[in-house]
Amino acid sequence: MIPELGHLALVLALMMALVQSLWPLYGLAAGRPIYMRLAAPAALGQFLMLGVAFAALAWAFYVNDFSVVYVADNSNTNLPWFYRLGAVWGAHEGSLLLWMTELAAWSLAVVLASRSLPREVSSCVLAVMGLVSVGFLVFTLATSNPFTRQFPAPGQGRDLNPLLQDPGLVFHPPMLYMGYVGFSVAFAFAITALITGRVDSAWTRWTRPWTLAAWVFLTIGITLGSWWAYNELGWGGWWFWDPVENASFMPWLVGTALIHSLAVTEKRGIFQSWTVLLAITAFALSLLGTFLVRSGVLISVHAFATDPARGVYILGLLAGVVGGSLLLYAWRAPRFATGTEPVAVLSREGLLLLNNIFLVVAAAAVLIGTLYPILADGLGLGRLSVGPPYFNKVFLPLTAPLVLLVGGAATMAWKRTRPVVLTSRLWLPAILAVLVGVGLPLFTVGTHAVVAVAGCALGSWAILAAFEDIVRRTRGRRLKLPRQIIGMTLAHVGVGVFVIGVSLVSGFGGERDIRMRPGQSLTIAGHNVTFNGITAQQGPNYVAQVGTFTLRQGDRVVSRIHPAKRRYDDSDAVMTESGIDRDVFGDIYVSLGDSLEDGAWSVRVYNRPFVRWIWAGGFLAALGGLLALSDKRYWRRRRRRHEPHDPAAAARGHARREPAV
Amino acid sequence: MTRTRRRRLLLVGMLLVGLGAAAALGLSAFRQNLLYFHQPSQIVAGQVPVNTRFRIGGLVQRGSVQRHGHDLTVRFAVADCDASVPVVFNGTLPDLFRAGQGIIAYGMLDKQGVFEADQVLAKHDSNYMSPDVAKALKTGQKTNCMPARMQAAR
Repeated sequence: MIPELGHLALVLALMMALVQSLWPLYGLAAGRPIYMRLAAPAALGQFLMLGVAFAALAWAFYVNDFSVVYVADNSNTNLPWFYRLGAVWGAHEGSLLLWMTELAAWSLAVVLASRSLPREVSSCVLAVMGLVSVGFLVFTLATSNPFTRQFPAPGQGRDLNPLLQDPGLVFHPPMLYMGYVGFSVAFAFAITALITGRVDSAWTRWTRPWTLAAWVFLTIGITLGSWWAYNELGWGGWWFWDPVENASFMPWLVGTALIHSLAVTEKRGIFQSWTVLLAITAFALSLLGTFLVRSGVLISVHAFATDPARGVYILGLLAGVVGGSLLLYAWRAPRFATGTEPVAVLSREGLLLLNNIFLVVAAAAVLIGTLYPILADGLGLGRLSVGPPYFNKVFLPLTAPLVLLVGGAATMAWKRTRPVVLTSRLWLPAILAVLVGVGLPLFTVGTHAVVAVAGCALGSWAILAAFEDIVRRTRGRRLKLPRQIIGMTLAHVGVGVFVIGVSLVSGFGGERDIRMRPGQSLTIAGHNVTFNGITAQQGPNYVAQVGTFTLRQGDRVVSRIHPAKRRYDDSDAVMTESGIDRDVFGDIYVSLGDSLEDGAWSVRVYNRPFVRWIWAGGFLAALGGLLALSDKRYWRRRRRRHEPHDPAAAARGHARREPAV
Repeated sequence: MTRTRRRRLLLVGMLLVGLGAAAALGLSAFRQNLLYFHQPSQIVAGQVPVNTRFRIGGLVQRGSVQRHGHDLTVRFAVADCDASVPVVFNGTLPDLFRAGQGIIAYGMLDKQGVFEADQVLAKHDSNYMSPDVAKALKTGQKTNCMPARMQAAR
């Protein structure tokens, strides 16, 4: 009964989405504002219906209703309840439902936060989001219904993929999807701008917080994913240039470019067309990511076994959305009033222009590396893959100048900055950065390799220059800085921390594949690692062989870690659980290989210096984004709560009105 | 030239420089890092060059896995429907590595026809097979040698 209710709710959600998209667009085209009013209640209705559908699926998982095929395929009575909850989005159908529910949540947020927007803008935004929702709801109902039943119901489910049985599953996908889907708001605002023909500073002030919010979610999602992969895969790596990772990284790169170009458009009234194009691209890449993951064309740890009909449908949807919006762009974008002032290279907008170029080119490089194998296969050029060295080689020269630019971000003024101002403010951070760059690698991992020194210098340059700005602004005065500034500073510090982490962990951590018997030990990075032995332990749905390793520095016992090998009862799959000694300056990471004869095991021991800095950087950047988002200027109460009923007046007045989020 | 035009020229110029640099970098990195996939029967037929890194995929042949006592060296054979190729690997094998399982290995072919692997991957879901391996197992002269449980899976 409950699953049928969920199915019904999905169908009703589709109806609501149709109303949310078609009526307002008709109202806009026919000049009948009464139809536009339907957008908000329809969005609310769609959210409620998707909420019901989502709750119904979650309930089916909670009560182990194996008559639902999706539940039987991805759950099991022995699975702890929080993994059963996570299993809702553990495979294709449920993760689509999560995608749509989050899209509806974003629509609802638009409804709630945009009451001060002119009705034609807010309803057009909702209509565009509704259209996207229609596309996904039809897809789900036609090819991937999560509520399909089977009778008789099996007595036991097939179990969730053991790889996913990790706390990461509960947090990583919802966060990542919030980011993906969040770009639909920026996209909808871009389409609205194209339809109404206006990109003014009011438009950018509406769009900025939404873009920032989506970016924060995406940043958290990607960082969590990297952390999860490090903990769970047992390879000691934090990024693999896996196509699915790339799929989430491309919208992030373009989204980052978008945040920065929105700032220019708001402050200087230039780059309008570019900003709109970036907003379209960011969402298109989010859709592409969804397509790549769901279509089964990828060779990846994330790829699901899928049937081709799904891939073709998503490809069609992608082509429709991208093609349609680019056509609209080609038709309408030339109408935007363009600023006539030149952009000086030594100005904040010049800096941000460079930032955008590097970010977009980097995204293009990732796109080529990700799509080329698929194209080559399709064109019959052979089955090939593009290895991580390609990405590293292309990425390094593109991101190094970008980090250099980050350091100048705060100092550079709009319009024009005299070189002497730059040098007088930045000489100290620059010198300190060089010192840190030489000192940090030498005293921590004991290297003076160019990559490590350059990386640490660049990273600390970003951090120190950001602090210089804060110190200079607050020195001698009790000045309260706007949160937007603090947020930006924090995000740039995050970039620096990340860069330091990456440059020290890549290439300067050791790893050993070794055969060990209980009692044997090895030395890695100044640590003595002794293998004490293996004991068997019973988990809720697995049997584990848990190893004990003692880490010593000199005679002092630093820690005991317990890597394990789990055999899951229901799927008979074996999973490695890594044992990690976590430290700010580096991890010692042990994972068990195979059991060999006479009690020996093959063991992998990794030294991962500064690896935590990578995630710390990511979270700092996200925190910076959150702080900027909480800035008063986005939340200022508007004077007029209610709109005049005359839509023409609303249209005339909208450029002057105070924006809400 | 108006200011607008100059600005646009600057923008376009910068974009071209950036794209050109990326294209140059990309092409050179691309050439060196393209990894082809070959299946065992292609290797046995001598269609694959030696001393070039590539990927091989297929099923781990039953009864072929041998370990040496003192280090982590493992020898096994990877097979498709028609042929099998010996593989040698020194390192830790993935969790799902076992006889009959579909795997992918990265490495080079030596002159004796032995594939020296530096990385071995098996998918983390025993019911799922890499599309490359699946294709390799469906295109043999014998019609199909996909394991039964894989065919039963969706």
